[in-house]
Amino acid sequence: MEPDGRLGLYRMMVLIRTYEETILREYHADKKPVFDIGAGLIPGEMHLSAGQEPVAAGVCAHLTADDAVTATHRPHHFAIAHGVDLDRMTAEIFGRVDGLGRGRGGHMHLFDPATHFSCSGIIAEGYPPAVGQALAFQRRGTDRVAVAVTGEGAANQGAFHEALNLASLWKLPVVFVVEDNDWGISVPRSASTCVTSNALRAAGYGIPGQRVEDNSVEAVHAVAGEAIARARAGEGPSLIEVHTLRLWGHFEGDAQGYRSDLEGVPGRDPLPTYEKELRAAGVLDDAAVSSIAEQARDRVEAAIAFAKRSPEPDPATALDFVFAQA
Amino acid sequence: MTLTDASASSSAPAQRKLSTAKAMVEAIAQEMERDEDVFVLGEDVGAYGGIFSSTTGLLEKFGPRRVLDTPISETAFIGAAIGAAVEGLRPIVELMFVDFFGVCMDQIYNHMAKIHFESGGNVKVPMVLTAAVGGGYSDGAQHSQCLWGTFAHLPGMKVVAPSNPADAKGLMTAAIRDDNPVVYLFHKGVMGLPWMAKNRRSIGPVPDGDHVVPIGKANIVRPGSDVTVVTLSLSVHHSLDVAEELAQQGIDCEVVDLRSVVPLDTDTILESVGRTGRLLVVDEDYLSFGLSGEIIARVAERDPGLLRAPAARVAVPDVPIPYARPLEYAVLPTPDRIRRAVLDLVNA
Ligand SMILES: Cc1ncc(C[n+]2csc(CCOP(=O)(O)OP(=O)(O)O)c2C)c(N)n1
Repeated sequence: MEPDGRLGLYRMMVLIRTYEETILREYHADKKPVFDIGAGLIPGEMHLSAGQEPVAAGVCAHLTADDAVTATHRPHHFAIAHGVDLDRMTAEIFGRVDGLGRGRGGHMHLFDPATHFSCSGIIAEGYPPAVGQALAFQRRGTDRVAVAVTGEGAANQGAFHEALNLASLWKLPVVFVVEDNDWGISVPRSASTCVTSNALRAAGYGIPGQRVEDNSVEAVHAVAGEAIARARAGEGPSLIEVHTLRLWGHFEGDAQGYRSDLEGVPGRDPLPTYEKELRAAGVLDDAAVSSIAEQARDRVEAAIAFAKRSPEPDPATALDFVFAQA
Repeated sequence: MTLTDASASSSAPAQRKLSTAKAMVEAIAQEMERDEDVFVLGEDVGAYGGIFSSTTGLLEKFGPRRVLDTPISETAFIGAAIGAAVEGLRPIVELMFVDFFGVCMDQIYNHMAKIHFESGGNVKVPMVLTAAVGGGYSDGAQHSQCLWGTFAHLPGMKVVAPSNPADAKGLMTAAIRDDNPVVYLFHKGVMGLPWMAKNRRSIGPVPDGDHVVPIGKANIVRPGSDVTVVTLSLSVHHSLDVAEELAQQGIDCEVVDLRSVVPLDTDTILESVGRTGRLLVVDEDYLSFGLSGEIIARVAERDPGLLRAPAARVAVPDVPIPYARPLEYAVLPTPDRIRRAVLDLVNA
């Protein structure tokens, strides 16, 4: 891969990680001394994607704002990589009027028509709408694609299978992405299916499937490139599964008492791994690393400041937006 | 065996205290010990102990043959519970958040709820479907609903919603022993969870040993003479708080905890309204076409003359539950909204 492309992937992963670390800080800052999920500047559940940056960075590098992404309850990495406005996304997570959903949606329900981005807290339920977006793109004679993301746990939902079948039947420009982080909350992959790879399941619907085993952003980038090119060329859907890593808990506050693999987890963090690789290749040096980190920090802190400046919504508007106005 | 009914529970002697979650688990464990056919299945019910602590410790006690972690396949595992129940087992199956019912509703309302009827009474489906309900902590529109009205609207399943630890145990025991499918909805805000704001009534006395609260019997948790507040689940606590506060102003609220939506204890409601002449229904479910309308209709059908003032209701005004705190609290049945509604009623 060209140095510029590699640097771009690295920069994106750093931005995502910086964002997640900052949200983590803001989320917990005012929930002490006793963790109260409803308290603080960011209330409610919080699912962070640290460790899964390679998937979003690798896939979205091939997309433009005309392409669609439907993400999951763990949506930030894909939202950022797909170019969702960071300020307005952050304001939404803080429940403010300048948020993407004017404070109605929250962190699991981010909707951005400018980049055709959406997500859902209901497992696998982003797959069928992605099929519909792809249908719209196909009908209009465009080469736009829809990317649908789930976790490996979600691949056991009916909606997952029905969506694969329909997309295959209609030869739609969809790329199905499965993030296999080994865990569906506390249930290990080994206890949720006997199928070793969702690439095999794809075959059951006549769809090409590829599994990336090592959470390498460049490997994801390569495989996603093929799948997206196929979709753009009108050759139909594909499925990519990436064996990735849930670096932190399922949600914030998860003590992970069930987790048997925690000891080895830090060593599998894809970010230092990639950094080392790029340094060895002469693409990155100390100066570049710190300037990229600093840019990311500045960008993220600006988004947090934007969110905090934005007012909370007026309770008198609580009933707005149930129906579209004529 | 203690059989709690409306009159007995309020005069129970001082006992050990449990959280609602622990009381619920105690009932399940006791029934599992008593009956080999009782077992538990659902997402994260094993090592995790249930996302809302509804199955904590059961795996250690009963092992993986009786406590089954499932894949995220609600249609399959709720359907499987139905099949097991049809064969005489007594499954307790957890749908983690009631909001997820959409992915598995066919199994629930066309199968679980109808098999007994369609078989002319020949096939029984003795199972308990548990789910967490309710908002108040900014979990957004897909994780904060109550939806008991939806289940209650569809015939063939009993629907219960405990408000306190003793009822959580007693209703669970009754649900497991019931030969019908029982939907058991627990509000996250009454469970006494370590990671939610503490509700002082989420920990309370729970009878030892066998404890059954009959399904279909409401509980007058606070007698009063001016206004009948009919409610359930977390809203019982808000209503009691308001009642205590208004008592200082000389307004005497009677608070009726329904405990069960199906069957609905119409008699207790009518008797209470007959005494007070005023009715307020507080419901954390959506306003239209639901529990609040049903209760008022039943009173109006029987005897509209019981009401000295038009009936009133506080519910979620037909809007998905918003994420931002000020918006969410504008639509939930907060103590503030309940107080205003009671004052409007007595001043009408
Ligand atoms: C239909 C449905 N069932 C259950 C849940 C609760 N839930 C939220 S995330 C999750 C685990 C998802 O695992 P996976 O798909 O592997 O994604 P990950 O969290 O690992 O990213 C579960 C069970 C849900 N949101 N929707």
